Amino acid sequence: MRFKIVSLIAAAGFLAACSTTPTAETSGASGDGAMTSPAGTAAPVSMDMSSQEQLVGIGDRAFFGFDKYDLSAAARTALNKQAAWMNTNRGVRVTIEGHADERGTREYNLALGERRASSVADYLMTLGVSSDRISTISYGKERPENAASNEAAWADNRRAVTVAR
Amino acid sequence: MTYRLLTSFVALFISVVWTLNVAHAELTIDITRGVVEPMPLAVADLHGKGQMEKSFGVKIAEVVANDLERSGLFTPINKEAFIQDGESLNVLPRFGDWRIINAQALVQGRVEMTVDGRMRVEFRLWDVLSEKQMVGRAYFSVPSNWRRVAHKISDEIYKRITGESGYFDSRIVYIAESGPKINRVKRLAIMDQDGEKHSFLTDGADLVLTPRFSPNQQEITYLSYYKGVPRVYIFNIESGRQEILGEFPGMTYAPRFSADGRSVIFAMTKNGNSELYTMHLATRKTRKLTNHSAIDTSPSYAPDGKKIVFNSDRSGTQQLYVMNSTGGGVKRISFNKGRYATPVWSPRGDWIAFTRMYQKQFFIGVMRPDGTGERLLTKGFLVESPTWAPNGRVLMFFRQDKSDAYGRGGRTRVFSVDFTGHNEREVITPLDASDPAWSPLLP
Repeated sequence: MRFKIVSLIAAAGFLAACSTTPTAETSGASGDGAMTSPAGTAAPVSMDMSSQEQLVGIGDRAFFGFDKYDLSAAARTALNKQAAWMNTNRGVRVTIEGHADERGTREYNLALGERRASSVADYLMTLGVSSDRISTISYGKERPENAASNEAAWADNRRAVTVAR
Repeated sequence: MTYRLLTSFVALFISVVWTLNVAHAELTIDITRGVVEPMPLAVADLHGKGQMEKSFGVKIAEVVANDLERSGLFTPINKEAFIQDGESLNVLPRFGDWRIINAQALVQGRVEMTVDGRMRVEFRLWDVLSEKQMVGRAYFSVPSNWRRVAHKISDEIYKRITGESGYFDSRIVYIAESGPKINRVKRLAIMDQDGEKHSFLTDGADLVLTPRFSPNQQEITYLSYYKGVPRVYIFNIESGRQEILGEFPGMTYAPRFSADGRSVIFAMTKNGNSELYTMHLATRKTRKLTNHSAIDTSPSYAPDGKKIVFNSDRSGTQQLYVMNSTGGGVKRISFNKGRYATPVWSPRGDWIAFTRMYQKQFFIGVMRPDGTGERLLTKGFLVESPTWAPNGRVLMFFRQDKSDAYGRGGRTRVFSVDFTGHNEREVITPLDASDPAWSPLLP
């Protein structure tokens, strides 16, 4: 329910953005905006930003144990919200970016990142998100979020992030 | 002063050993022994008549001396200590003069420019104690190729004294790194094995990883995130052209050329599962080699092309496996504690180098292809990605430093090390460096 309200406000913001009023910054556009645009036309960049902001707001990522790709209860909770949001915002397509910490070798970590992204994609699909709206990419250990070399940083980096396209 | 005394003592000690050696055989170094006292040798500036010839003579001698010094097997004697002058040396060595400064071996020669603008470089390697020439060669080359001539001379000397083929006339392709750790800029770069003649092959716009040379060294296969899609590419060094290996439904990565250069072996992920494939470059036919729900990656062909060593977590953790080149016949070869990764078959076929992770440390090691004889060569917070010199007796790898709590530090650098674990040296690069891959000897 809450998401619907957010969407409505955001849609209003999208219209505001078109008339370049200052309120555009505070809300931006939404996935609903994409549904109103004619099929086949490219969505404005600001709309993706907004989808992304919404994803970040509800939790855009799942975290994993060391050398693991199974989904923890916390990861499932975050993904349940993502799936609900995606089922509401049916125009949004996402890429799941799989990442690994630096405590593995480069090529194995590329495979591990892909596994993690795939775990998330599979789970979203079981919750009704169509497979053609989801793609995956692995960055292995190439794009850490936390640059420190300690357990906390490595836990931050073992993640799959859902990014609106 | 103390240093000099010590040096002459060591030299004297070695000269006794070498004298005994020479009594039975000639000047040799057994590099399989591990700890070897470096052999003192004199590399004289190559003789030249004109200013240009003289200048090349000095530069070539310097590169030869540096090559041999970095091998850890030789100690070039400071030129200041030389007694015999270049002019008379060009006629004939006065061996007494070289014995006095404890030179076991002497390298001398000459540079001449030919009428057609080429350079003729001649060298001789002398056993100072027996006063015999061990090897002598002449090379014709365009003057701009003087470094390669020097490396070829180093290779001849190394070969004559160690009995092993050399590795100096070779190149390294690697990933040059810059920028913050969370958004590293990575570029394909190439250099001679001594770090000279460095150049960047890509501009850093796309993330690139894990380059490998083709056997003829005209091409490099690597992973690029061109347009944000991770796929295997082939880079032609001459033309600078980059071509995708093929259109595949999933991420293609971990590419290496086969020993004959006709195909590329690589890993591809599909629905989160990574399997190994080969693609024949002429026919573009692809063949799937593994079929397992585990991660199968990091393949490496045996030099005879009959076997493949690869990395898999099919046992639950990353381990090394050998299989037939057609797939099948999979056998696990790593059994010690910890996780094993990045296997690389030596160009001689006798060892497999790997990365091992155990108790929060990373190690570079070697084992026999049947898994026996494991030996660890070096360790660190993170060491990874061993690559063999063309003679299978030296390796390079990279080392990443630990970052602090603010994410500072974390430098990456390339090092070389003997396969005995001795003589670890940094290879100096303009930026941070990772994923080194050694070329075969240049043709």
